[in-house]
Amino acid sequence: MELLFGRYRHIAVMLAVIFAQLLLLAYQVKTGEDVRLIRIWAVSAVTPLARLLDRVRTGGERMIERYIRLSGAAEENRQLRSEVDRLRLENRRLHRELASLRRSEILGEFQSRHPSRTLPARVIAASSGPAARALFLDRGSADGVRKGMAVITPDGVVGRVIAVYPTASQVLVITDPSFAAGVISEIHRVEGTLRGTGQKFCRVEYLQNEEPVERGEWFYTSGEDLVFPRGLPVGRVRSVAPGKTFQEVLIEPSGLARGLEEVLIVLEGVHQSLPGETGAAPSELYLLAPPGATAAPEAPVAEGIRSTDADRLREHYRRLGELQGHVFGQATPGSRPPDFNWRPPSQTERPATPGASAPPPAAPPALQSGAPSGSAPRPHATPPHGPAR
Amino acid sequence: MDPLADDYTVGRRHARLSKIRPWVLAAVSILTVLFQVYVPLFFEPAAAVDLPLLAVIYLAVLRRRPVAGTFIGAGLGLLQDSLSRHPLGMFGIAKTVVGYAAASLSLRVDADRTLVRFLLVVVFFLLHQACYWALRVLLLGEFLAADPAQTLVLATVSGALGIAGFSLLDKLRKED
Repeated sequence: MELLFGRYRHIAVMLAVIFAQLLLLAYQVKTGEDVRLIRIWAVSAVTPLARLLDRVRTGGERMIERYIRLSGAAEENRQLRSEVDRLRLENRRLHRELASLRRSEILGEFQSRHPSRTLPARVIAASSGPAARALFLDRGSADGVRKGMAVITPDGVVGRVIAVYPTASQVLVITDPSFAAGVISEIHRVEGTLRGTGQKFCRVEYLQNEEPVERGEWFYTSGEDLVFPRGLPVGRVRSVAPGKTFQEVLIEPSGLARGLEEVLIVLEGVHQSLPGETGAAPSELYLLAPPGATAAPEAPVAEGIRSTDADRLREHYRRLGELQGHVFGQATPGSRPPDFNWRPPSQTERPATPGASAPPPAAPPALQSGAPSGSAPRPHATPPHGPAR
Repeated sequence: MDPLADDYTVGRRHARLSKIRPWVLAAVSILTVLFQVYVPLFFEPAAAVDLPLLAVIYLAVLRRRPVAGTFIGAGLGLLQDSLSRHPLGMFGIAKTVVGYAAASLSLRVDADRTLVRFLLVVVFFLLHQACYWALRVLLLGEFLAADPAQTLVLATVSGALGIAGFSLLDKLRKED
């Protein structure tokens, strides 16, 4: 028996355990009562752990939630920063556009009240080269721009057109050393020639030491160069120093003071009075594009704007050429030029030139516009064939 | 001669004798039951996984003593019963049978092999389900529709989980 129990001890134990549980089960089923004690033990053993586990879980969930929120906040922060950067850029762009709009408004207002016929243009490029003081404008020959036309802003003179292309034109800026223009001072009406220095300032040449020039005094275009209409502000005197013969007068150009983005090209210049100046209506005086402009011969020239002897002489020569069958600009090298001394038969009884029957040669626009006699143009003040070459 | 000596000799041929620390035994038992009652609150499919059964199989196989396996199965089963709505003894009896059988079988097979572990879990899962189903139908008179396909799938899943869980528990046992 002992051997039998020893041999089947394991299965006997298992069966005993199962039997005990079956009894337990039968008791519960039979009585319908629960073995509460065992459940209390089990629940007491497990529920604290379940509570702990639940806390760990909720804590973990909160932590994860916070982490997600934080990561979301970081992402949101990144997006907001990106948006702020974008808005800053847009703000700058709008500021620039607003400033450009204001400049355009100022320019438009100036254009509307300025008697000269002008064409607004935008500066689209600077000329290449380290010492270049030239700009490219977005207006060209297709817009009526011709070589030699003046370029201004409401603040003053900017430069002169030196090259014209179909869709753009090149402007020599006032500070370029090769730039020159006739100028006159505001207070003492002293006339000189403005030249660029290649630096920030311009110089007024040919002012005698004894001629009064004050520091801070404004200089205006004199109109004698036939490029710039009279009365455009050029700049204020920055320094005055006596020289050997002529004074050293430096001017701070006002046209460049606020930067250059939009400018006006003077298509037809009209002289204006200087501040404090009284005289003839300046709007009756017109300026031609300077000689040498490529389109000048073809451009129809109205009678009303021929106000100089050179214009009349040029017209006379043109007529002589036409009468002799000569087409200007198409003769081959070595061909015979027209005889400019030839008198057509119909003119033998008439004066030698059309201008002969006209009144005496007109005084320079500056005089007609009421400039005082003391400011009469001097031969040296402005080169006779244009200020800048 | 102790008749168990032969069994131990056979078992030693297949695997080294291992022990598990008592606190690990207690912790594993409670944690598996805790998993069984807590995780399904948030992940309902977890209710289908009988982790206490896997613990019984592992611990019984590890102990290699049928009596120990019997008590481990009975204890864990009763603990599981205590937290269920059924009368005490349903899981207890089923797991007692499984614990005894697992411990007895571990004396004859090398239960450290992955395939053997998988097959052990699958077989004992089916045995456990059969016992539980029989008890509920025969003793409690409940009507339970058997679903062999689902049971097989659950047995396979349990086998896979057993492989992973046993490998994890292997790190907690100490070798003699």
